[in-house]
Amino acid sequence: MTDLNKQMVEQYRNSFLKEVEANVEEGEWVKMCMQCGVCSGSCPLGPYWDHPPQELFMMIRAGKREEVLASSSMWMCTSCYNCIARCPRELPITHIMHGLAHYAKRLGLAPKNQPTMKFSQKFWDNLMVTGRVNELKLGLSLYFMNGLVEGIKTSLKMKNIGLGMLLTKRMNPMEMLGGHSVKDKSGFKAMIKKAQELEAARIAKFKTP
Amino acid sequence: MTDVVATNETILVVGGGVSGMTAALEAAEAGKQVILVEKRAYVGGRVTQLYKYFPKLCFPTCGLEINQRRVKGNPNVTVLTMAEVSKLEGNAGNYSATIKISPRFVNSNCTACGDCERAVSAEYPDDYNYGMNKHKGAYRPYRMAYPERFVIDPRMIGTPDADKAKAACKYGAVDLNMKEEVLTLKVGAVIFATGWTPYDAAKIQPYGYDRFPNVISSVEFERMKDISGPTGGKVLRPSDGKEAKDIAFIQCAGSRDRNYLKHCSRICCMASLKQTTYVSEIEGGNSTIYYIDIRAIDRFEDFYQKVQADPKVKFIKSKPANITQDKDGNPIVNGVNTEGYHRYATAHDLVVLAVGMEPSIKGAMPEGVKITVNEHGFIENDGSNGGIFAAGCASDALDVNRAVQSATASALKAIQVINRVAGMEG
Ligand SMILES: Cc1cc2nc3c(=O)[nH]c(=O)nc-3n(C[C@H](O)[C@H](O)[C@H](O)COP(=O)(O)OP(=O)(O)OC[C@H]3O[C@@H](n4cnc5c(N)ncnc54)[C@H](O)[C@@H]3O)c2cc1C
Repeated sequence: MTDLNKQMVEQYRNSFLKEVEANVEEGEWVKMCMQCGVCSGSCPLGPYWDHPPQELFMMIRAGKREEVLASSSMWMCTSCYNCIARCPRELPITHIMHGLAHYAKRLGLAPKNQPTMKFSQKFWDNLMVTGRVNELKLGLSLYFMNGLVEGIKTSLKMKNIGLGMLLTKRMNPMEMLGGHSVKDKSGFKAMIKKAQELEAARIAKFKTP
Repeated sequence: MTDVVATNETILVVGGGVSGMTAALEAAEAGKQVILVEKRAYVGGRVTQLYKYFPKLCFPTCGLEINQRRVKGNPNVTVLTMAEVSKLEGNAGNYSATIKISPRFVNSNCTACGDCERAVSAEYPDDYNYGMNKHKGAYRPYRMAYPERFVIDPRMIGTPDADKAKAACKYGAVDLNMKEEVLTLKVGAVIFATGWTPYDAAKIQPYGYDRFPNVISSVEFERMKDISGPTGGKVLRPSDGKEAKDIAFIQCAGSRDRNYLKHCSRICCMASLKQTTYVSEIEGGNSTIYYIDIRAIDRFEDFYQKVQADPKVKFIKSKPANITQDKDGNPIVNGVNTEGYHRYATAHDLVVLAVGMEPSIKGAMPEGVKITVNEHGFIENDGSNGGIFAAGCASDALDVNRAVQSATASALKAIQVINRVAGMEG
């Protein structure tokens, strides 16, 4: 158990809903769900979720903390927004899914090797270097995510697309050497730091129930 | 010219459905002068379009007939049909109402013999049956229509058919030169009993009402069961005319949904439960109700329990996500069942959308005085409305029983205004 996880278990004992409301982006909406099921039925990836959104909301209210936070379900969300568009109560379901995934990751409870999580981490790490996404490096790191052999295989398979992108100047091979950057890198870092402070403050604002 | 006497001791009732008729009769039977203004060519409102009434499952024609007789026999009530209030000005005890009467092209000589109808061939979509069939250019709006007088469709005016209708009438009742009339009446109190309109199901895009012929609305389903209705009392699939046996009902089609109508329309659960009894009457008929939760309000719980006990009715706790259609035109209902979170995709012969109620006055308020409505468009019985009151579905989504109670209450409020006026003058 990570320290933060221990601390949160202590703080929100038996009130997972309150914990979600305090710590998860848009989490205060969870209690508004009336269990109609439209989100679950509308999700194009629905059949592949262990627990569709409607069920996650019920599990949160039922206090099933470990099952929810360790679930791979919310990582399946592709942000198509079908659920938000159709929810009769206008719950920001997509955002709640991302909020839950993010929170689970912070607590160290997200399922190991969850591919969406791994990719998200790579995206973030990539972005943090220069303030701009380095697509060449991001693409390659994605190919090699599951080891060298698979990486080479995937690279060969994608070769023609890669060459096409180079030819049409959609991708620059020079990106391999550092890559382009935002103009004011230290300003960018300061901005991220400030955002992290704001988030920490938002979380700290909620007192123990 | 229509000759109407009105004073500031007269009560104006706008809308002649079951609520408007009740309010008018209660006030008239208490000795007040009442003018009842109805937009349609006949009184009775939406109740005339129902096959049976919950909870007793009797035919609404019976109660309607009693009310029509009371109106006919009471000299205190003046009924104006094909009439609307376009402007309302003034304040409690002293209103001026502008009333627009559309031409019927048939005068009071009409004996309802039907010769004009037989003489013409032009046909127009029949609003009474929600456009599911057509009526002739000269027609009786429905079999029990009161006033018992034919109507000439204005679209037929100026065509040779109109002249044929005139020539066929032995009583000189067809008057093709009738014009729109505008009356200005002085009244002391006004009761809005303008009722409801079914929510436009085509707006609920995922359910495909506008794309799939075998997805219909609950009000259309009522019309199918009428022996003299567009399908002769049979539940037939619009796509191929086959008798539907496996029928799905989808609750909250438009209601309790911030994308459509935010309010609960309250009667739709009972309407669908009632409609399953129509299906169970069909040889081999069975129903499936898809619902969020069943709101059989108040004492209707026992009706719900009776339907639950019917093995031909299945309940699925789920608001369907969408409807698709298979190659045979069967609508497929898709969603996830809240009881177990199982995914389903079930084909039915016919899907009935339990559409919500919208106040029909929404967007159709007369000019002049400002009338306070709630966030859903229903008229509030609010002090700021002075001598203006709401009855029945103009005030909220109600069943007939509650609509009539609210009508009686509004009649009493209106009588109090009139008594104040009379007291001041007497
Ligand atoms: C599918 C379905 C089934 C139902 N079944 C039942 C049932 O079994 N039992 C039950 O108790 N209830 C039932 N109801 C509810 C019932 O229909 C209503 O309670 C009833 O119609 C309310 O009557 P009302 O007079 O308030 O409104 P309405 O019936 O809508 O009458 C309003 C009248 O006002 C007129 N009007 C509207 N605007 C104007 C205007 N501006 N000027 C002049 N006139 C105007 C209209 O033409 C109409 O004649 C059902 C509803 C639905 C949708």
